[in-house]
Amino acid sequence: MSTDKKHLAVAALRDGTVIDHIPAAALFKAVRILGLENTSKSLTIGNNLASGHLGTKGIIKIADTFFTDDVFNRIAVIAPTAVVNTIRNYEVVEKRRVSLPAVIEGIVKCPNPKCISNNEPMRTRFEASDSPEVTLRCHYCRRTVAGKDAEII
Amino acid sequence: MNSRSFVSIEDIGRPQIEALLDRAAFFEAHPDSRLLEGKLVATLFFEPSTRTRLSFETAVNRLGGRIIGFSDAATSSTSKGETLKDTIKMVANYADLIVMRHHLEGAARYATEVTDIPVVNAGDGANQHPSQTLLDLYSIRKTQGRLDNLTVAMVGDLKYGRTVHSLVQALRFYNPRFIFISSPELRMPEQYLQLCRDNGIEYEERSDFGADAINASDILYMTRVQRERFTDAMEYERVKNLYTLRNDMLAESKPTLRVLHPLPRINEIALDVDDNPKAYYFEQARNGVYARQAIITSALNIELPHDEH
Repeated sequence: MSTDKKHLAVAALRDGTVIDHIPAAALFKAVRILGLENTSKSLTIGNNLASGHLGTKGIIKIADTFFTDDVFNRIAVIAPTAVVNTIRNYEVVEKRRVSLPAVIEGIVKCPNPKCISNNEPMRTRFEASDSPEVTLRCHYCRRTVAGKDAEII
Repeated sequence: MNSRSFVSIEDIGRPQIEALLDRAAFFEAHPDSRLLEGKLVATLFFEPSTRTRLSFETAVNRLGGRIIGFSDAATSSTSKGETLKDTIKMVANYADLIVMRHHLEGAARYATEVTDIPVVNAGDGANQHPSQTLLDLYSIRKTQGRLDNLTVAMVGDLKYGRTVHSLVQALRFYNPRFIFISSPELRMPEQYLQLCRDNGIEYEERSDFGADAINASDILYMTRVQRERFTDAMEYERVKNLYTLRNDMLAESKPTLRVLHPLPRINEIALDVDDNPKAYYFEQARNGVYARQAIITSALNIELPHDEH
């Protein structure tokens, strides 16, 4: 009995958002960026699932919650492969890849302890590039950090 | 954010570099221009640097400007826990321009974002010190008559020396050839080697400070190898003497070669070099005043008198 129920609980999303193809290592950072730690909505998180091109992947399904493009752009910092599905009335009404913004503000902590952004009450700011991998350069101290190593504030 | 600030040599291109150098040349030729009459410049040295502060303050004073400021964060309200933002906003009420040095990297960039008056970076940690770069470029152009197609040897601490990093960045417009001479642990960082490759700049890395490198060079840029960079004191003792320039090493060098050094010097240039006409490091420091006069008047949008005729 439980097999069907479990499968149903995960699959049945009437309205909400599914974020798929998140690298396994980035899953919980993605949860934090989405601000889902304290959600009261139905939330399913899967990780270390088999994935063809990622090896293992994570997936987030959240009911009755939709996000702005800005939030997905932040996800792109740590999970450039992520795919966002918007579900309305059981139908996928939109499916798209996240895209990395040119400038990332207030998301990532600079790895340089001598950076002004770690010593003043201020927003951090990074210039992002994604070739070949996501790389962030601090607008202030010019230190670079790989997106996958970025510490999310 | 304000656009007349001067925070990093990376921010400006070849035309702006040359406009600033031309401006510096004007001040060398006209040392008594009173172009800053009625202007107030704040020199905020959150980190002490007597040499740089004196150079900036001389630049302002010789142009007839006035100065307020502090030479050590211990004498400012920073020591009471005031944020940089608040200090900058407060000083911006009083002054026409801020010259600031700070031990934190990116501090000057941030300052430009919280005030409308121009900010000149007089050094932010290990990051940038663009007035030093400008005076280096001025010294090179003045002694060689050009910036293009020069062979520049950089010697000593190429890993931590921000002056050599900024100079590589600035010279990328001028088709230089670089000879990077250092011990393996103090090599030029990969990002600057990549910058050279991206710009088609020829460079050579070597660990021996041999006569062939000196004799091929137009500029010999010496830097200080700092004891604190080494975990092994024995290694420091070995390395420091390998990268010391002595007068006899200049015997076969080009007649036009000039030896530069950002100062202070410890032992990387022997005292017997000082009397060689190729030694240029003290004049280089004097050029710093002209370069800073150029930066300050440019940041304040002050036109030079000869522009009006």
